[in-house]
Amino acid sequence: MKYALFLGCTIPIRGQNYEMSAREVAKKIDIEFVDLVDFSCCGFPVKSTNAETSLIIAARNIAIAAKKGEKICTLCNACTSVLTEANKELSENKEIREKVNKELGKIGLEFKPGVEIKHFSRILYEDIGIDKISKKIERDLGKLNMSIHYGCHYLRPSELYDCFDDAENPSTVENLVAVTGAAVIDYKNRLECCGGAILGVEEDIALSMAKQKLDNITANKVDALVTICPFCSIMYEDNQRKIESKFNVEYNLPVLYYPQVLGLALGIDQKKLGFRLNKIKANALLEKAGVEI
Amino acid sequence: MIDSKDLDPNFKYEVAAEIGGANINRCFACGTCTVGCPVREIDEKYNPRKIIRMVLLGMRERVLKSDFIWLCSTCYTCYDHCPQDVQLTSIMTALKNIAAREGYIHPSFKEQARLVSKFGRLYEVEDFDNKKREKFGLPPIKKNFDDITKITKDTLPKEVLQ
Repeated sequence: MKYALFLGCTIPIRGQNYEMSAREVAKKIDIEFVDLVDFSCCGFPVKSTNAETSLIIAARNIAIAAKKGEKICTLCNACTSVLTEANKELSENKEIREKVNKELGKIGLEFKPGVEIKHFSRILYEDIGIDKISKKIERDLGKLNMSIHYGCHYLRPSELYDCFDDAENPSTVENLVAVTGAAVIDYKNRLECCGGAILGVEEDIALSMAKQKLDNITANKVDALVTICPFCSIMYEDNQRKIESKFNVEYNLPVLYYPQVLGLALGIDQKKLGFRLNKIKANALLEKAGVEI
Repeated sequence: MIDSKDLDPNFKYEVAAEIGGANINRCFACGTCTVGCPVREIDEKYNPRKIIRMVLLGMRERVLKSDFIWLCSTCYTCYDHCPQDVQLTSIMTALKNIAAREGYIHPSFKEQARLVSKFGRLYEVEDFDNKKREKFGLPPIKKNFDDITKITKDTLPKEVLQ
C-alpha cells in the first residue's frame, strides 16, 4: 500500500512528533510513504478570504499527486477536508473544473478526477483494519486510560466522507485506540470543536472552547488525550499552560498523537515516536506502560 | 431599528451566487444551527440563525462590516444538522469572501493569506527548520513556492495582499 504523505503547514514545523510517529507506524504495518516535495499548503487558510483561491491551491496539490500516479494520505483534519471537498467538487462539476484548470494551466498542471484522498487514521481503520493491526501488537497498553478528541473535519460534513464513520457517534478512532489495549474513556461533549480555527480571531472564545473540553476530559481519571489533528493538538497541548494560567486551573494532561499511541503498542522505541517533543511530558504514562524512558 | 431604506433586497442573491452560497433561501429559521453551535455556547454575539435572517432581510452593510461573521469555527455541526440543507458553514465562507472583497477582511485572515502567498505555507521555512528536521530523521521541506505566489496574486482580491 503506497501513499504520498501530505504534511500541510503545521505538522512539518510544529508537529514533528506526529510526522515521526506516523512514518514509523507506516513502516511497521507495510504502508509506503512517498514524499512529494512540491506539496504546499492545502488551501484551508485562504478559504475564508477566497474560496476559489483555496480550491485552486487544493487542486494544484491533487494534480501533483495525480501526475506521479499517487494516492494522498493526510495527517491534518483541515487538509483532509479541503482536499476531499475540492476533489469531489472538481470531479463532479465540469464548469468549475474548467475554470480551475484554466488557472492551473498557467503553472503547467491539470486536475483530473481519480485521486484517492484519505486521513491516516481512516486508512488504518479501513484499509489496514483492526484485525491486521491487532496481530502486530507487541506491547499491551492495558494500564492506560485515554480519551479521544476527533476534531471536526475528520467527520464532518459527513456527506463529504461517504459516512465512513457515524458523525453523530463515531467509533473508528475508539477502535484504533482500543486495539492497543488502552481503555477508552468517554466524556461529556466529546465531539465539540477545539476552537482552533478562530484562535487568531478571538483568542478568548477559542481558549474558552478548549478549556471546556479539557474540563470535561479531566473530570475522569485519564492518562492522556489522543488527537489526530495538529491544530486540535495546538489548542489542547501548546495552549494548555496558557489556559491554566488564564482560568486558574490545572490539568497537566499529556496530549498524544494517535500514531504515538499505536507506535508504543507496536513496540517502537518512544524516541523514534518523538515523545521528547511533547510539551506536556508523558513520562508518567510511559512508565505506567512499562516503556523505557 | 431597521430602516427599510437601508436594506438591499438583492443581497441574498449575491450570497447565493458565491461558491457554497446557493441554499441560503431554504432557511426557515428553526434555529437548529444556533442550538448546536459551540461558539454560540461561549459567546452569544455569534448567532448563526440571526446572521441568516440578516442576510435574507438584506442587511448587507451590517453583516459585511460585522466582527461576528469571522467567528465561525467551521466545525460543520450546523451544516450536518440543518433540516433544510442550508449548508451554513459554506454560507459563512461566502459572506467572509464578499466581505474580504469589500475590504472588510479580518486582520488574522489577511495575515494568513499573506503568509500563504509569500511562502506557500502558513510558516516561513528557514534553514534552521530543515536542520532540525534532519536531526529528527525527517526529510527537508521546500522553502518557497513561486506557483502559489502566482495563484494567490492572480486570484485573491487585490486589497488582501496589499
